[in-house]
Amino acid sequence: MSDAVELIGTFTCPIVHRVEVALRLKGIPYEFIEEDLGNKSELLLKHNPIHKKVPVLLHGDRRPALCESFVILEYLDEAFPQGLALMPTDPLDRAMARFWARFIDEKCWGPAWVALWAAEGEGKEAAAREAKANLALLEGQLGGKRFFGGDRVGFLDLVASGFAHWLGVYEEMGGTRLLAEDGHPALWRWAREYAADATVRQCLPDREALLAAMATSKDRFVSAATAMARK
Amino acid sequence: MVAGEEKGLVLLDFWVSPFAQRCRIALAEKGLACESVEQELLGDKGELLLRSNPVHKKVPVLLHAGRAVCESLVILEYIEDAFPEAMPRLLPADPYARAHARFWADYVDKTVYGIGTRLWKLKGEGRAAARAEMLETLRTLEAELGGKAFFAGEAFGFVDVALIPLTSWFYSYEEHGGFSVQEEFPRLAEWARRCGERESVAKILTKPEDVLDFIGLLKKCYGIVE
Repeated sequence: MSDAVELIGTFTCPIVHRVEVALRLKGIPYEFIEEDLGNKSELLLKHNPIHKKVPVLLHGDRRPALCESFVILEYLDEAFPQGLALMPTDPLDRAMARFWARFIDEKCWGPAWVALWAAEGEGKEAAAREAKANLALLEGQLGGKRFFGGDRVGFLDLVASGFAHWLGVYEEMGGTRLLAEDGHPALWRWAREYAADATVRQCLPDREALLAAMATSKDRFVSAATAMARK
Repeated sequence: MVAGEEKGLVLLDFWVSPFAQRCRIALAEKGLACESVEQELLGDKGELLLRSNPVHKKVPVLLHAGRAVCESLVILEYIEDAFPEAMPRLLPADPYARAHARFWADYVDKTVYGIGTRLWKLKGEGRAAARAEMLETLRTLEAELGGKAFFAGEAFGFVDVALIPLTSWFYSYEEHGGFSVQEEFPRLAEWARRCGERESVAKILTKPEDVLDFIGLLKKCYGIVE
């Protein structure tokens, strides 16, 4: 059985970044297949027919492919136990990591996306308040540590990574500020630590490149946020 | 039976919650005794619940030696991690098989209950959209189950535990959506009956009629007139 790893994704997506950093942290060689989310490929639709999203991980001949970032991250930890461990070992710490990972996606990115892109009066202000409050709850999990994972980057740092780099770009594109040093000092400091990590830096895309690549994505973001605000 | 009493397991529960039932089924399957403490959810929430789950204020919450674990699928994984000798294992040993179990449990989480809620809460176009999404979801689950006895194959496991309590709500979804699970998704219907033969499932699942009554109560609370 072939063991080559392929990651279908796009550098503009922070969710894909979670998996890319995991692969690098664990020293797993991989091929990155760049996807255009505005014009989804046959390859993506074939391997993720249900969600039609990135990231998608192909590991050798194993089919169906692996989808959903949390599933992929835990898979990498278990399938490559010889590399660095992403998840904590203690059962309660693992439960906390999984809990806060879901919180990040549902309660932070959820309202943040509406706050960033929805039109004025479509629940934008309420979403911004909710996102900021939830980022403060997340920040509490740092508890004075350098990273969510402790002394080094771990699962929850990867899940939170979007706030360390992509959020700033979205804020610039959309004109709404959610994360600032005075509002969330610990998270702000964490973001800098995360982005400065030697392994993370290898796959953190240039800010200008992100802005340029996402210039045409704004309409898509606005539609998604408006749909979410209405639910 | 593994001495769960000594483990000090308490589940903050609500009688009709399919999410709490996931945890109770897993614990029962593994012979881990757990004290179930019914919570007041429709009125004022209790101190213990608010303290144990300050973020979501929801059930289920598993208390283990005074520490709180929230979110049903997180609880299921915690039970696997914290009690590795408690049989049966609900997740397989192979990492790839585990990943697929997690994917499908997550799929169930992202779909059935949320769509089902829109199905009974909304009218007109909203209900029609929810109906279409529900049928699509059940079609996907039917296809994934295929000819297997359980979602992972021969053994009752993680995905089965994630989905089976929601089958009590199928009757209500059928009533509101005007479709029949038995007719359109016979494999799923058969799988539900097969799971229902297990003592844990038979004891713990709410009767479908009682779920429908509960939905009626919720409609009154929300001021929804059918």
